[in-house]
Amino acid sequence: MKFTGKVHKFGADVDTDAIIPARYLNTFDPLELAKHCMEDADAEFPNKVTAGDIIVADKNFGCGSSREHAPIAIKGAGVSCVIARSFARIFYRNAINTGLPILECDAAIDAINSGDEVEVDLDLGQVRNLRTGEVYEAAPFPPFMQEIMAKGGLINYIKDKR
Amino acid sequence: MGMTVSQKILAAHAGKEFVAPGELINCKLDVVLGNDVTAPVAIAEFEKLGMDQVFDQEKIVLVPDHFTPNKDIKSAEQSKIMRDFARKLGVKHYFEIGCMGIEHCLLPEQGLVLPGDLIIGADSHTCTYGALGAFATGVGSTDMAAGMATGEAWFKVPESIKFIYYGEMPRWLSGKDLILHTIGDIGVDGARYMSMEFTGEVISKLSMDNRFTMANMAIEAGGKNGIIVADNITRKYVEKRAKRPYTVFQSDPDAEYFEIREYDVSKMEPVIAFPHLPENTRPVSEATAVSLDQVVIGSCTNGRLEDLEIAASLLKGKKVHPEIRLLIFPGTQQIYLDALRQGYIETFIEAGAVVSTPTCGPCLGGHMGILAKGEKALATTNRNFVGRMGHPESEVYLASPAVAAASAIKGRITAPWEV
Repeated sequence: MKFTGKVHKFGADVDTDAIIPARYLNTFDPLELAKHCMEDADAEFPNKVTAGDIIVADKNFGCGSSREHAPIAIKGAGVSCVIARSFARIFYRNAINTGLPILECDAAIDAINSGDEVEVDLDLGQVRNLRTGEVYEAAPFPPFMQEIMAKGGLINYIKDKR
Repeated sequence: MGMTVSQKILAAHAGKEFVAPGELINCKLDVVLGNDVTAPVAIAEFEKLGMDQVFDQEKIVLVPDHFTPNKDIKSAEQSKIMRDFARKLGVKHYFEIGCMGIEHCLLPEQGLVLPGDLIIGADSHTCTYGALGAFATGVGSTDMAAGMATGEAWFKVPESIKFIYYGEMPRWLSGKDLILHTIGDIGVDGARYMSMEFTGEVISKLSMDNRFTMANMAIEAGGKNGIIVADNITRKYVEKRAKRPYTVFQSDPDAEYFEIREYDVSKMEPVIAFPHLPENTRPVSEATAVSLDQVVIGSCTNGRLEDLEIAASLLKGKKVHPEIRLLIFPGTQQIYLDALRQGYIETFIEAGAVVSTPTCGPCLGGHMGILAKGEKALATTNRNFVGRMGHPESEVYLASPAVAAASAIKGRITAPWEV
């Protein structure tokens, strides 16, 4: 899978309450949730984000709650991929299970800025900064997870197994 | 090579003699849990599978606790999805208003989670049950859906960090202070993907209520699970509640740990976590200048009987500061009733506090105590992220029930020995 998009950069420890505050969890409609995506980290984000954009964040992205509404909101907002130095465990699992592409890449976090255009190749584990031409290497996913993602998430994966 | 208690529980549920950290395994589950926020999403995913039955009607637990009693029409619709699903598929452990409680107070109380169990819950604080010597971890709704359908989940076997607490517990110190101190030490991702094993002479004397508080906040250090090996205190708690057999697992003497950290508790003070991360900890004596608008006592972290008992002991015969709103949330109907019979509820009301039916409500900024812009709350809850209890420019300070009760009296962050 390959994505190209404009970067929105965030800091460390972006928690799930910042990604989608609990006051909006009385629905799980992706488009409703998208209206408030990242609102408590950047109130303007829901207005700024356009389809295909990429979130780049520092360590421990998605810490806190187990709410799957967090990756659902990000996907609903049209974000194509999240690149972080590291992800909190439950968010990592939820992203894969719901088919939100994610990548852990140290070098990309250090070198990419908000507004940069980047190209992400999930199969190779590569991030290319189209502004500077630099390429950053990341570890690709273990085969087990690649299979879940290739099938579009855990539910399809189980369906095919049954 | 030996195994940690966490490895042993995972191995037993994967049908293996030995599992190593990093290994990907498929496990059989003892309990699959969801609530009114996460279960509706899981039910929608479950239905996509075309399933018309759950893997085991006895092993699924559904608790409406986050926005219940329903705060608005949308929340009522979500609760209804879960209620209808439970009735249609014959899910035995569905807890309606009147017998419900905050899930992580309720499941241990009802004997639904036991030592040696492997539990997933679509709620991050599912790690609470590790206090019973179970392996319990939070997952998302899709994992819950898969768990309800198959009774299985895949896991990456975590490495473990051993935390050893020793010394004499000072009078006002609680499990909450130990876990906040630990999170302050290692940070909010200090145990990311890992198992946190709490041990030592202090833990072996700690009550179940305090153990639940510690395991509950493992997730706030990024932990996959928190665990305390079951002992006589655990057995005493479990024996009158368990309705099925259970297994006690121990860590082997030659088990391998990623790291071992030791804490002398003798000189520790009650701990406050400042906004906006649970790792921003300071001793209470360095926090007493912070004035407050609201104090919340309750939640899956600190809504148990001992928590209410210590709050009542401080509030007895005193009045809540006129500028403070003190909200108290017993964790379950049984805890509420016990607190009533012990006279704690009367003490709270006479002091000028509000006592609510069990709900997660204010902890996650859902309802029942939302903060306005610029307001400050001290809470016995588990998270103080930006906007957690209301307006993004409000502030949450985390502390123990003793500090909360003392602070409600003084109107500012207060050490229990000041009142």
